[in-house]
Amino acid sequence: MTSEEIIKGLRDRDPRRIARAISLVEENDPLADEILSSLDDSLIDAAMVLGITGPPGAGKSTLTDRIIANYRLQDKRVGVIAIDPSSPVSGGAILGDRIRMMGHALDNDVVVRSMAARGRLGGLCAAAGAAVRILAGSGCSVIIIETVGVGQSEMDIIRLADITALVLAPGLGDDIQAMKAGLLEVADLLIVNKADCAGTDTLAMDMESIVRGGTGMDMNRAKVFKTVASEGKGIEELLAAIESVDSSHRKTGERRLRRDRAYDLEVLDWALEMIRPSLIEKIRKGVHDRKGAPRLQAAKLLEQR
Amino acid sequence: MDEQKKHRVLIGKPGLDGHDRGAKFIARALRDAGFEVVYTGIRRTPEEIAAAAVQEDVSAVGLSSLSGAHLRLFPAVVEALRNAGAGDIPVLGGGVIPDEDVKLLRDAGISELFTPGTPVEQIIAAFRKACEAQEAGRR
Ligand SMILES: Nc1nc2c(ncn2[C@@H]2O[C@H](COP(=O)(O)OP(=O)(O)OP(=O)(O)O)[C@@H](O)[C@H]2O)c(=O)[nH]1
Ligand SMILES: [Mg+2]
Repeated sequence: MTSEEIIKGLRDRDPRRIARAISLVEENDPLADEILSSLDDSLIDAAMVLGITGPPGAGKSTLTDRIIANYRLQDKRVGVIAIDPSSPVSGGAILGDRIRMMGHALDNDVVVRSMAARGRLGGLCAAAGAAVRILAGSGCSVIIIETVGVGQSEMDIIRLADITALVLAPGLGDDIQAMKAGLLEVADLLIVNKADCAGTDTLAMDMESIVRGGTGMDMNRAKVFKTVASEGKGIEELLAAIESVDSSHRKTGERRLRRDRAYDLEVLDWALEMIRPSLIEKIRKGVHDRKGAPRLQAAKLLEQR
Repeated sequence: MDEQKKHRVLIGKPGLDGHDRGAKFIARALRDAGFEVVYTGIRRTPEEIAAAAVQEDVSAVGLSSLSGAHLRLFPAVVEALRNAGAGDIPVLGGGVIPDEDVKLLRDAGISELFTPGTPVEQIIAAFRKACEAQEAGRR
């Protein structure tokens, strides 16, 4: 496949070419530059990027499936980037988010792409950011990024989103306690999913009280949404809230601010991706003498560039 | 410090039976061998599996069937991939498959078949080989 074929395929919304484009960029292929610079910036600007994060098993994918269905009713083309952790031992991954979204498999206007978080050393923001651009460039006006809310790389990913929803569920135990602090701060919308299960009200009240304790409160965040994703309950209310956060962010300039921040993050991540191979190569060739502090060797390596 | 390219594969279970032990076992074994495995769950149609394989840009598709419907379902996935313009993605299949069916399935375009006795190392090696061949033919 040539870059021309792929670029044309993106415009024609050809599923195979869209998928190939994402892979090429993920692999840092030489064609990536051409593909990414061919994309229509106005489409990227116009798309809404929604981040959905939360602990494993909270119902993020099921909720995503329902959100997709709602946007499809509005005839919006939807892209999904579903990120799962990689095995730290083998570097492999099982990417299982799609299972919950298979009902849309035959819909050409729902483009789902699974991505492994640590299949590489870093570069996740670069890869996911590029995937967002490719999806937007091939006509997706809503792009959802699903990621497990644990760990730094996942937190960084969320910064690519215009709006972030944090999904918790009753009965998930200590995980939640551990992750609450950091994630509650970045989330625009708080959701208790599995509201059909015992412990929902306690969890919702708990979250509300933590958020109310904070400063500079946004009214949208003072509310905790309750959903039963598996039954499609509470989704419309949630979508209305997303809409309202989006329009308020557009008015206040918050949206622009976040886009700028995301852009800078992507630039940094790409820069690191680009110098990494040559550094690895130099270290492998043993250009250094393994004497003195590694930090000093690193400085020397960088000077040599 | 090696950053080797990851092979992406899809493991799916077409048909109506709900036994996914075999599929999950292979998915985990492939993950542990460094593959990125898109798992699509049970009870999927051949068309859904093919569409997912295309969107995920996988290099190979692995199917599992314990229901005896493999003679119909495995070739149907090959066909669905072809219809989706992805006939170059190899399909491998595993399950309780009688010897006499193996030849029929190979003739129908299933590139490798595994039965309950096949060692897992052999299965992983077959996936790796299938992925490498598919990726080499891309350009
Ligand atoms: N009772 C109940 N179960 C739900 C609800 N939403 C999802 N589930 C179930 O919870 C389980 C996990 O759902 P997922 O959507 O896969 O959760 P996830 O957060 O995407 O999980 P990971 O991607 O593995 O972190 C599945 O068995 C769902 O069917 C709900 O509202 N109520
Ligand atoms: Mg999920």
